[in-house]
Amino acid sequence: MPFDLKELSKEKDLFAPGHRACAGCGPAIVMRQIMAVAGKDTVVGFATGCMEVVSTIFPYTAWRVPYIHVAFENAAAVISGVEAAYKALKRKGKINKKINFIAIAGDGGTYDIGIQALSGALERGHNFLYVCYDNQAYMNTGIQRSGATPLGAHTTTSPAGDVIPGKVQWRKDLTEIVAAHGIPYAAQASPSHWNDLMEKVKKALETEGPAFINVLAPCPVGWYFSPERTIKIAKLAVDTLFWPLYEVENGKHRITYKPRKPKPVEEWLKEQGRFRHLFQEKNRWIIEEFQRQVNERWERLLRLEEASL
Amino acid sequence: MKEGWKELPIGAIIKEAGSSIKFETGDWRTRKPVLNKEKCINCLFCWVFCPDSSIIVENGEMKGFLYSHCKGCGICAEECPVKAIEMVKEEV
Repeated sequence: MPFDLKELSKEKDLFAPGHRACAGCGPAIVMRQIMAVAGKDTVVGFATGCMEVVSTIFPYTAWRVPYIHVAFENAAAVISGVEAAYKALKRKGKINKKINFIAIAGDGGTYDIGIQALSGALERGHNFLYVCYDNQAYMNTGIQRSGATPLGAHTTTSPAGDVIPGKVQWRKDLTEIVAAHGIPYAAQASPSHWNDLMEKVKKALETEGPAFINVLAPCPVGWYFSPERTIKIAKLAVDTLFWPLYEVENGKHRITYKPRKPKPVEEWLKEQGRFRHLFQEKNRWIIEEFQRQVNERWERLLRLEEASL
Repeated sequence: MKEGWKELPIGAIIKEAGSSIKFETGDWRTRKPVLNKEKCINCLFCWVFCPDSSIIVENGEMKGFLYSHCKGCGICAEECPVKAIEMVKEEV
């Protein structure tokens, strides 16, 4: 069943305006779409990162649900504690309604700094949802490379020039790393396909046990594009197969959206200033390598899906 | 009277939910969205894609913009399937 925007828009936004995110912020759109589904009976645990910095500048908060800010590395550990406390209260009969527990962090707080806390929480099997909004670098501290930054991207710590052509490594495949924990639900989503994202959030919250969603969140400042293009660029990432929309439910892969005519990855790259140098003659090979990696991963995903049938 | 530091809650707790709404970000804007109501089909894609919750919707109908908070990114105009939103230069 598709989500009805007319119904959703009747509820008060749980992520209030007045937060200090940049104009055209991709992660802020992701927050709104998640909270529209999660509803007010939700506790949010938040790692340090862009969305934490812009949403809770003392004495203001953009959150209309209980919210805890913790360090960069332990969002998953803290939400585990909150969930354990809830279970104890429930056992004592002091609380009986269903509450959603959501930990949110950026790619820095998930791919790099928070991965051990996340891995531990998944292994212990707490009933929570972990959302990673992946804007592919440490944007809030000034665009430093992270484990999520793609090959060839210019960042301030992988500057494109005569020495290196942007980042020289490929990115981690975090969704697969998380799915390898054998948790009941892991998925990858994009705000451009909002209905798909919302359905995944709903499914994840209904799941008993740990769930994880990795959401692509374009950043106009760090990816160097005009702020009105945020959603277009998220959509292109999906249509070029760079960011496949899929889910892994109890070990079974399912691709939730297959572009009818996949576009060459070049079309996504050329929209962003961080890849501009790749179009110089001497760097063209990186685009070819990029395309090769994207194709390889997509083929692998198709095979995984086939094996799940 | 303005509260002094002695009235602040301990532990940097913020007691009022969603208080950021008191902080107006509308003056960041260099371009502003203008709605052509005749073209609008109330699909609400602008609402679902707005990063700043600045689309005013009443009973499923698009009513305009929360100019006090809209930062003028232009996503609503870009994503509008019937081009009912136009970005115009902000006048100072």
